[in-house]
Amino acid sequence: MSSPAHAIEVRDLAKRYRLGEQDVLHGSMRDAFANVLARGLHLARGRGREKRDTLWALDHVTFDVARGDVLGIVGRNGAGKTTLLKILSRITEPTEGEARIRGRVGSLLEVGTGFHGDLTGRENIFLNGAILGMRRREIERKFDEMVAFAEVERFIDTPVKRYSSGMYLRLAFAVAAHLEPEILIVDEVLAVGDAAFQRKCLGKMSEVSGEGRTVLLVSHNMGAITSLASTCLWLDAGKVRRIGAPGEVVAAYLSEGHVSGEPGYADLRNPDLRRGVPKQTHREVLFESVRLVDAAGQTSGVFFEHDPMRIDLRLRAHVPVASLEVLCKVSTLEGALVFTLTSGVMDVDLEAGAFELPVEIPDLPLKRGRYQLDLYALTRVPQDDVRGVIEFEIAGPRGEVTDPRHARDILGVVDVEHEWGGVRQAVAPARR
Amino acid sequence: MAVASSTPELQVIRPSTRWVDLDLRELWRSRELLYFLTVRDLKVRYKQTFLGIVWAVLQPVMYMVVFTLFFGRLAGLQTQGQAYAPLTLTGSVLWLFFANSVTMSSTSLVGSSNLITKVYFPRLLSAASPVVAGLVDLALSSAVMLGIMAAYGYYPTWRVVLIPPFVLLAIGTAIGVGSWLAALNVKYRDVRFAVPFLLQLWMFASAVFYVFAALHLREPWHTLFWVNPMAVAIEGWRWTLLGGPHASYAHVALGTLGGLLVLVAGVVYFRRKEREFADIV
Repeated sequence: MSSPAHAIEVRDLAKRYRLGEQDVLHGSMRDAFANVLARGLHLARGRGREKRDTLWALDHVTFDVARGDVLGIVGRNGAGKTTLLKILSRITEPTEGEARIRGRVGSLLEVGTGFHGDLTGRENIFLNGAILGMRRREIERKFDEMVAFAEVERFIDTPVKRYSSGMYLRLAFAVAAHLEPEILIVDEVLAVGDAAFQRKCLGKMSEVSGEGRTVLLVSHNMGAITSLASTCLWLDAGKVRRIGAPGEVVAAYLSEGHVSGEPGYADLRNPDLRRGVPKQTHREVLFESVRLVDAAGQTSGVFFEHDPMRIDLRLRAHVPVASLEVLCKVSTLEGALVFTLTSGVMDVDLEAGAFELPVEIPDLPLKRGRYQLDLYALTRVPQDDVRGVIEFEIAGPRGEVTDPRHARDILGVVDVEHEWGGVRQAVAPARR
Repeated sequence: MAVASSTPELQVIRPSTRWVDLDLRELWRSRELLYFLTVRDLKVRYKQTFLGIVWAVLQPVMYMVVFTLFFGRLAGLQTQGQAYAPLTLTGSVLWLFFANSVTMSSTSLVGSSNLITKVYFPRLLSAASPVVAGLVDLALSSAVMLGIMAAYGYYPTWRVVLIPPFVLLAIGTAIGVGSWLAALNVKYRDVRFAVPFLLQLWMFASAVFYVFAALHLREPWHTLFWVNPMAVAIEGWRWTLLGGPHASYAHVALGTLGGLLVLVAGVVYFRRKEREFADIV
């Protein structure tokens, strides 16, 4: 089974998180003692609890990566992509299964890990390089190259907290881009920065993969996946959904859209949709469904710029509710928050049972692209928190349908109402 | 260019067993990172402070002044014929190295949670680097201490060659206690409240502002006193600097054993908990 031609062999790899226990872990020893007591009492009632309160973030995954391959990993938020990368980078441990890795691993789950604002650019290059696993002599050798890549020559002895965000990012990526591990693990670092910077990173990345290095790359940028990857892995709810040629897998992934199958509607009673990082919530008030409705009153997953949109929320309370606050967060698939709709604290008088709550957006200010919705419900305490429950697409200005994956980097995500004045010859300012 | 050798090293990732692998080889390989983390700690520590590195010196000197006033003058603590000020100064210098190291070390993991969740490196370095950084403060305050000692007529003798073992004992104890508290702090934030209290009690037991010989302890307290590695480190360090009564070899061995126990227990606990840091920090 084990072949030296494979840089990575993953067998039945799984990671389980306990739901709701995070808060206890963060808490005090008193809570821990209380917990031990409670667990003792529960023992008598059998082990039914365990099943309900755990979540397999990664659910027995098996695959191989040949040496020199670039494996692109796609999947919705919470599908287990980052968990997989974290296990392979040894940041966290698997619960079951194993992975065999041949070669030095360099992982880049974030740009600028360990950067310290009070240190200068020069000091941060050495610190960050060492954290990412570079030897000091290696950093010294590549120092000038990194500084040139980041275009920060003049500020190299300035504390990085005085840098503009662009300079900061460029410097951070410069260090990472000059890593020379045999296996490079990269998580969605391309989602940050402006278009020019992203192109520069993509260029550097393809240079890296051109050198015959094994690369694992997570991205929501399908263009990057199809152009860089030689194989594509689609993770869905912690399981391998499909692995193969990037073109095919990406096409299958994109055509899938929503798990429920109906665009613009998500049934949140379906436990498959409630996945992702477990959060501490009380779960007395839960979202049941979300529906996106267009101007014609139809459920839809596609809208045009400046269309009206109604978000129909259905919730269920398991206790009487006297106060309620609901938040809808709209973000890009890359995870950048665009805006949040906040109901504010509403005084209500609801009995236990289902209830509905519509939100009207008369004029969607989004540019073309794909977006996703996170939902939060609070009473006096957090009640429910579901992420990336539904995706929708802004197809562009009405009457003009284009591929939403293009031109995002040029146009941005928000369509601002504005007016250009006519061009006039400037009048020379009066001399003082 | 990194060239993949024909047989690249194989790494197997699987759930760990209860067995603890200290993996000292990996620690040794990461010594450069320890250096950079220490440099960071040093550079950042006194940023945006008015007095800066002077704090390293000011603390033991203030301890000396306060202890001398209260215990030396008011309480009339016995000193076996030595001047009280240099006695408590030497004690304070080494104790403050230990106490500051442990305090910084105990918050090191929580303080660098962004690092721990994003990149792998031997986490023990994170707990050890504040201790190494503390050595720089120790060197500085020791220089000032030698000056004050000279003012009282104490000059270094051949005994200074015996300083390293006692400082090493303090370092080992600091790393042991620091890493244990750091690992505990990830899960239980109670540590933040317990550390100052623990250190205060510990200081009273560690001959910082008195000499052991003045205590006239009866058994079993007499022997028990020397189990405390910091008591041995401070009494020994003071003897190398000032002379006077010194501990028996048996007592030094007892304290060294205590220090080793603390070091091993702390590091083993840290290593066992290490695997879940990224999930809960």
